[in-house]
Amino acid sequence: MKDTVIKLLLRIVVWGLVAALTIAVVVVVARLIQRNPVLFFQQVVNGLQLGFVYALIALGYTMIYGVVKLINFAHGDVFMVGSFVSFYAITRYRLHLWPASVYYRTQGITPTPEALAQAPGWTMIIGTVLVILLAMIVCGFLNIIIERVAYKPLRNAPRIAALITAIGVSFFLEYFTALGFVFGPDYYTYVRPMPVISWNIGGVAISNILVVIIVSTIFLLVLLQYIVMRTKMGKAMRASAFDKPTARLMGINVDMVISFTFALGAIFAGAAGVLYAIAYPQIITFVGIRPGLKAFVAAVLGGIGNIPGAFVGSLIMGQAEAMTIGFFSITMPSGEVLAGSTLRDAIVFAILILVFLIRPTGIFGEPEGEKA
Amino acid sequence: MKTYKVISVLALLAIVAGLLTGCPQKPAAKEPIKIAVLGPLSGDVATFGESNRDGALMAIEEWNAKGGVLGRKIEPVIGDTKCDAGEAANVANKVIFEDKVHYIVGAVCSSASIPISEIANPNKVLQISGTSTNPAVTINEDGSNKEYVFRACFLDPFQGEVNASMAYDELGLKTAAVLYDVGNDYVKGLAEYFKQAFEEKGGQVLVFEAYTKDDTDFSALLTKIADSGAECLFLPDYYAKNNLIAAQIKDKGMKIQLLGGDGWDSPELDLPLFEGGYHSNHYSPADPRPVVQNFVKAYTEKYGAEPDALATLGYDAATLLLKSIEAAGVDDPEKVRDAMAKIKVECVSGEIYFDENGDPVKKAAIIKIEGGKKVFYKFVAP
Repeated sequence: MKDTVIKLLLRIVVWGLVAALTIAVVVVVARLIQRNPVLFFQQVVNGLQLGFVYALIALGYTMIYGVVKLINFAHGDVFMVGSFVSFYAITRYRLHLWPASVYYRTQGITPTPEALAQAPGWTMIIGTVLVILLAMIVCGFLNIIIERVAYKPLRNAPRIAALITAIGVSFFLEYFTALGFVFGPDYYTYVRPMPVISWNIGGVAISNILVVIIVSTIFLLVLLQYIVMRTKMGKAMRASAFDKPTARLMGINVDMVISFTFALGAIFAGAAGVLYAIAYPQIITFVGIRPGLKAFVAAVLGGIGNIPGAFVGSLIMGQAEAMTIGFFSITMPSGEVLAGSTLRDAIVFAILILVFLIRPTGIFGEPEGEKA
Repeated sequence: MKTYKVISVLALLAIVAGLLTGCPQKPAAKEPIKIAVLGPLSGDVATFGESNRDGALMAIEEWNAKGGVLGRKIEPVIGDTKCDAGEAANVANKVIFEDKVHYIVGAVCSSASIPISEIANPNKVLQISGTSTNPAVTINEDGSNKEYVFRACFLDPFQGEVNASMAYDELGLKTAAVLYDVGNDYVKGLAEYFKQAFEEKGGQVLVFEAYTKDDTDFSALLTKIADSGAECLFLPDYYAKNNLIAAQIKDKGMKIQLLGGDGWDSPELDLPLFEGGYHSNHYSPADPRPVVQNFVKAYTEKYGAEPDALATLGYDAATLLLKSIEAAGVDDPEKVRDAMAKIKVECVSGEIYFDENGDPVKKAAIIKIEGGKKVFYKFVAP
């Protein structure tokens, strides 16, 4: 009797807190919009760009966790490999210009560099898609190899062993690719496969980069949801996620399903790697660490193992970062001003802790965890 | 058991005997003068150390070709400090107590030069750093002067002031924004000195914000700067981060005057993104003085690349040291120190003489990025 009363009181307090916070957020947002709508929506756009890239990485994280129950810390580094593969495809082999070149040849024109620079827009789009596809394929195979070499022998080992191995793989990828004969240890300025075009909509600048990121992310998200929910392979994935021994008894090749899951996750990381490098054009072999970590947090925030959860969590992370930088500052009693940029991660992770206090399994996570 | 004891006693005796015979003998007059050249030769700022070493070695070779100094050859002793305080102290102990050098050129990073100076100064070893810009290199914690420590480069407060004066007085800009890496003392210091100087002149710093080394997304910060209406943006960081920030400025279509410090001085700087920008530097290869042109020509012939500021300052530091030894007339660090305090030398990075702290009084060069090239703009005197 007493227990239920306390539980009820606690619940009321928690929900009261949530309601108060929601109202506070709504009021603050309304005032910000009223004060300077253009600035506010520009920051929303900045946050969207970040959030959608996080989403692509978070999807891979969450899917692999859902099926294998492994937090694949090497995911951010597979993402980095995607950036570098596309970088070398563009700078060494000019892959992004191949469609334009083919198009000119069919027209009977010699594709000189000057002509290629003036190539029609649709060839650029195909070229960009080619570059993204290449990175996706390379990353997919890379992750299959990683899974075979590093994780499969540990399938029946304690879970902590696989986790530590994942960290090992992560470091291996970062430092091996930093060697001179692989990708090299320097910062590279990324060469974009398409020129940047910016549109002005009511004072808010929206670039074609943002459009490319949003369109590809939504396309891949829908594709993933379709594969998992509507195909035979997806059914096998869900079955393996639910109960591996029983799935095996039912004739499902669980090892194959796990390989497929890793490949699928890496394909998303590869695409994210290219899009991230297009948006923030500088790469080094350590570039995957920070976005990987943020995307992992986003996946946990949304409820790890849950695909729509990873997406929503990522969007929240993106907005939280942009808004904190854009509008937040604290004046300390000493007169020192703490700007939002220094408080960004503190606030983003405070949100994470708050969500966990209220929902320990994340926003979309269910207590026992319906697997992706 | 007993035999072990006997053996260990014998071994100890052997070591003591070895130490005794290894005692310093008076150097013969014709023995070479040893000069230690210290800097990071591995790690993430290895190119800084290599440039600095190449510059210093070139000065030493030129002097050796003329017959050395005081009729004696000069022998360089190279050491790797890895831009690390502990490593720098090890190397300093090695060159001072094992190699018995009396003179040190280096190190490059302030974080390495400070521990070296704390060993060199009490042991009366003369140190001159080419590139360490932190005030604490030549000054003790209690504010007293390290008598045996000099440097060939200007200090960070001066560089901040030069940029502030460039923006406010020369370009007539009254509002500024600053972005800096909160984890890097050099960058943070430069940002704060700029802000202080700019506000003292009557300007307003509208946005003063930090990022961390791993940040790649600057869009929210740049939106804030664009909204603030600041007329110029001061970027005190090194070239790699500036390239990324400048790329995002261009993507956003922002029109803002860019300014920066000597961290911009790298062949890696993506010049088209910085069109119209200015940065302060220790020297300019376009400086018409013959001492500069001869140096640039000789260096380019020897190493196949135009010297950067680090090579130049390494060369200047070694030159200042050798001229001081020549002026003193003896191989005695105390006399050489007195000579160095009074010397006035036409160096590649400008005419240098030292103030009472062993810091140089010299001009800063302003470089403009124009037509995708670095152009010498003018000198700014302190």
